Amino acid sequence: MSELSKITQTLMEGDGASLITMVTQALEEGRAASEILNDELIAGMDLIGEKMGNGEMFIPEVLMTAHAMSGAVEVLKPHLAEGESSSAGTIVVGTVKGDLHDIGKNLVVMMLESAGFEVIDLGVDVEPEIFVEAIKENNPDILGLSALLTTTMPMMEKTVESVDASGVRGNLKIMIGGAPVNQEFADKIGADAYAPDAGSASRMAKSMVA
Amino acid sequence: MFTVIGERINTTLKKVKAAVTDRDAEYIKDDVRKQTEAGAAYIDVNAGARIGYEVEDMTWLLEIVQQATELPLCLDSPDPGVLEMAYGLVSKKPMINSISLEKDRFDPMIKYLQGKDCRIIGLCMDDSGMPKTADDIVSRAKLLVAELEKIGFTRDDIFLDPLVQPLGVDKSNGTMAMTAVRRIMTEIDGVHTTGGLSNISFGLPQRRIINRCFLSMMIAHGFDSAIMDPLDKVAMIQVITADMIAGNDDFCMQFIKATRSGIIGGSTG
Repeated sequence: MSELSKITQTLMEGDGASLITMVTQALEEGRAASEILNDELIAGMDLIGEKMGNGEMFIPEVLMTAHAMSGAVEVLKPHLAEGESSSAGTIVVGTVKGDLHDIGKNLVVMMLESAGFEVIDLGVDVEPEIFVEAIKENNPDILGLSALLTTTMPMMEKTVESVDASGVRGNLKIMIGGAPVNQEFADKIGADAYAPDAGSASRMAKSMVA
Repeated sequence: MFTVIGERINTTLKKVKAAVTDRDAEYIKDDVRKQTEAGAAYIDVNAGARIGYEVEDMTWLLEIVQQATELPLCLDSPDPGVLEMAYGLVSKKPMINSISLEKDRFDPMIKYLQGKDCRIIGLCMDDSGMPKTADDIVSRAKLLVAELEKIGFTRDDIFLDPLVQPLGVDKSNGTMAMTAVRRIMTEIDGVHTTGGLSNISFGLPQRRIINRCFLSMMIAHGFDSAIMDPLDKVAMIQVITADMIAGNDDFCMQFIKATRSGIIGGSTG
């Protein structure tokens, strides 16, 4: 792996204050905002997601880095040209009906936002019809479904069925996750992908829109 | 006396699921005997992982488990139909896992529980989601107890689960649970508190160390039951020791006996 830039390193340490200083300085030196965003920050978040997936980094660190990331993005935003700030893609996410767990879903949202996606978070206990409505309204690239209980897994299947039945599936990719869920279940219910953790979800989402 | 609810007979665990699928009675019996010997007070039985097979898996498990232990069972299912069937198959007063204040869960469960001779685990969860403050937990606990008392439950048969959430996403999740347990045990005199504690360490390294330390700290705040692995020797030693330090062991005899029997002070203690 090539050596990490100072900005990426600082991001990975979760040092939000230093990161803002460094990003501001880089802009003053005339570097392009989009380059800083894509090559150093988003690339750093990808690496963090990967490290979380293989147990080298832990959730509190990921929270810290995501916080630092959003501070840096605020500094960059005014300097991004129209089009450069357009998102990597749009994702509608939520925890399925009957399930009130949000911790895993929130981590996924955070990683997706850090990766440059526009995320429409419908929250928990979301009815299949609400997912369908949100898809019609936002025309997302990806639908992300979460369930933490074996008892709410069947609701994932129902949600996928509702999406198919309402004719909004089209090119929409469906990604699922949650403690009791696995690839086998994803295949069974006709989801396009299963992500075991938030970092994988973000990487998978990127490959889906690539 | 601390009530250990042995959590190992759960089909969401890969080995158990395989044993249930293959109807490997010896595997299940062996595990249940080990949990019994290790000091469990209840054996939790959850057959929910094989969707569509819960009734037949539960029926089979209840027969096999009761051949291996004299302990009462903790019947673990969200489905009142499964619980109704299971209730008829157990020989000792069971514990039911669980009821909560979520409307879709509460209504059928409270109907199911009427007239049953059982103990009950109440999750401090309602339709607004996971609790956000100790106040949330305590007020839900009080509501659950009031509803359960209405249908004839005594407080001694009610075990309240404060729903532990990960420290990794909020550093105050440990103190929230401990404060809630302390308040439940003092403000709702006579009930018990229980639950699984491992969620505390989600997303952190060295989870077992955190889980064990948390168990001792919860016991210091009045936690008097846990859904846990009785084969975790270090955790069981901590239960006995912390329960003594918390003032629940008359003349310290549980602790002393455990040292004589070798549970404490052997190679692991």
